Amino acid sequence: MTLNGWMQIALYCAVVLALVKPLGLYMTRVFNGERTLLSPILAPVERGFYRVAGIDARQEQHWLAYAGGVILFHVLGFALLYAILRLQALLPLNPAEQAAVAPDLAFNTATSFVTNTNWQSYGGETTLSYLAQMLGLTHQNFLSAATGIAVAVALIRGFARASSGTIGSFWVDVTRATLYVLVPLCIPYALFLVWQGVPQTLGASIDATTLEGAKQSIAIGPVASQVAIKMLGTNGGGFFNANAAHPFENPTALSNFVQMVSIVAIGAALTNVFGRMVGDERQGWAILGAMGILFLAGVLGTYWAEAQGGSVLNGLGFAGGNFEGKEVRFGISTSALFAVVTTAASCGAVNAMHDSFTALGGMIPLINMQLGEVVIGGVGAGLYGMLVFVIVAIFVAGLMVGRTPEYLGKKIEAREVKMAMLGILCLPLMMLGGTALATVLPAGLAGPANAGPHGFTEILYAYTSAAANNGSAFGGLTANTLFYNSTLGLAMLVGRFFVKIPVLAIAGSLAAKKTLPASAGTFPTHGGLFIGLLVGVILIVGGLTFFPSLALGPVVEHLAGAAGQTFATGG
Amino acid sequence: MLNQLRPALVLLTVLTAITGLAYPLAVTGLAGLIFPARAAGSLIERDGHVVGSSLIGQNFTGATYFHGRPSATSAPDPADPSKTVPAPYNASNSSGSNLGPTSAALAERVTGDRDALRAENPGQPVPVDLVTTSGSGLDPDISPDAALFQVPRVAKARNLPEDRLRQLVAGQSEGRLFGLIGETRVNVLALNLALDRLDGR
Repeated sequence: MTLNGWMQIALYCAVVLALVKPLGLYMTRVFNGERTLLSPILAPVERGFYRVAGIDARQEQHWLAYAGGVILFHVLGFALLYAILRLQALLPLNPAEQAAVAPDLAFNTATSFVTNTNWQSYGGETTLSYLAQMLGLTHQNFLSAATGIAVAVALIRGFARASSGTIGSFWVDVTRATLYVLVPLCIPYALFLVWQGVPQTLGASIDATTLEGAKQSIAIGPVASQVAIKMLGTNGGGFFNANAAHPFENPTALSNFVQMVSIVAIGAALTNVFGRMVGDERQGWAILGAMGILFLAGVLGTYWAEAQGGSVLNGLGFAGGNFEGKEVRFGISTSALFAVVTTAASCGAVNAMHDSFTALGGMIPLINMQLGEVVIGGVGAGLYGMLVFVIVAIFVAGLMVGRTPEYLGKKIEAREVKMAMLGILCLPLMMLGGTALATVLPAGLAGPANAGPHGFTEILYAYTSAAANNGSAFGGLTANTLFYNSTLGLAMLVGRFFVKIPVLAIAGSLAAKKTLPASAGTFPTHGGLFIGLLVGVILIVGGLTFFPSLALGPVVEHLAGAAGQTFATGG
Repeated sequence: MLNQLRPALVLLTVLTAITGLAYPLAVTGLAGLIFPARAAGSLIERDGHVVGSSLIGQNFTGATYFHGRPSATSAPDPADPSKTVPAPYNASNSSGSNLGPTSAALAERVTGDRDALRAENPGQPVPVDLVTTSGSGLDPDISPDAALFQVPRVAKARNLPEDRLRQLVAGQSEGRLFGLIGETRVNVLALNLALDRLDGR
């Protein structure tokens, strides 16, 4: 670890923190339907959409109708994306003449983008036409992110309102998230990326003749517009197979820095939206504080592990840290930081190959996802995931002192706790259940590229990433098979909807409750004690659930590696 | 849920048109106007031919050029398209090695590369980036140490004094942004183009 490495990490945290308040204020105004800087341009457009769609912007929805809208929007979006992938050979903007995407891969990819996972079974430049990348993937990058923000805002309204039968209109929320938040940020951001060197063209791939006279065919395309939203919307699906490690997706140290900021910008600012909407910004900072503690612990662990090395490289006399799978322009510190950022948020973009991280360095991203990606988290998904843990933490605190638990004046009762536990428990079911299935079936065992405990970790990482809707991978796993495409697709769907729908149920039931005035016996939820309790609950739930699986994978691998053992495939 | 079908269909259509067509096409238009060379892939031409992109590494194998890092990219096997064969710096199929930290294959590959480099420049420590593959397989850069390590070989192959090559490497080294962000590096293609100019080719 170097001083420069830590200074880059400190600068990163400072920039993210500085953006929380302004972006939080702006988004609060957007979702309260107040006037913003962009209203003169966008309000007429927005009204036009509502007129054609037959929506009354003031008409709010009961949580069931809101959830119905969410599901319907996902189903239609899936159908559209699936159709584009299957038909890409017949559609325009296909200079590389890519063939139709196979049915199981199209199912997996469509599910992956609709659920904001962006798991890459597909190979980007080798599989998809420009039209499929733009009209197919880019539009779902926006809309799955907008849906995540909408659900988070609905849950916030549940906490903020009293005796209300409605939690907002899904159609208005999703339109505003897209028009007022995502598109206006993406246009300058995409141009910044082009300035840094990210291509943006509809031209076909370039045929170059190298200095040594060989032919090199260089894939390009409309990259910048997709990379901007894939980061800002915590989608993470790459234009290219190598994702943000590819020099065309992430050409410079500055583009890398801005990409890392943009991954968490909206998620972090949503904690401020939460604070503002419930009328006490400190509540938002307390949540961000708990996230920050877990984040810094992750950065410390991963950076330490990667800088130590601890792989076969050390045994061969290369002591300067683990450089396999990393790019020179990023170095070890920002590769480690990126890995923590992308798995803390539910982004899944990678600027270095996680499969080649050291055993412990690769374990931290895994843990981040297993905890449910509540550390900043995906746009929207992180905040509502964290608020689910808040409900459990408050419930535990209530049990300890023997009082009915309250949060922000709302009594937390059996229904909320049951729904919160449903949201928390569906993740380990898919992560561990899927891994268990894949490690006993021949179709699953055919996947890993590495032998020994690392091969097990590749499988565990895949189901964890899918269920957590992250999308990053231990890329050695051959996942483009019928077995993995379908089971990982299922894990993504469960991980998305069995969290979202319970969250909306909680929002509906909270909104209907009366708000009780704070009394001397109320547990304050903006201080250190609450933050400590929340972090503790997250770690205990995560630790008890996942430690055995981690012991079988990264922990065993670390101990075997320290003893100088290596594992060969195929015998 | 049926009464939500109309808003769902209309909003999906208009928002898809905005985010999937209008937005990427607008960015394409603006980028082509403001940064035409970069939007087209930062291509480098010499004598009227495209020799590559300044952002994409290429495979240098001869003794007269500085080499980039090992690359794990592959291409379909011409004999059997269902299989792949190694194809370093294949810029149509980016990929890392995905070899794990206890992989015997990784140990074997690094040992082979290390021993070859040691034979080329005995007594010098081998820079780690010259024996590890990058995440993309297309890393355009190496560390200044990795460039300096290769100076004796290139100088001998080109009959140039080593000092001049060391100056060349120093001149091509790019520092950290604001002295803080990123890592110091040398773009291999730019270095080799400068080398050809120095050598009058």
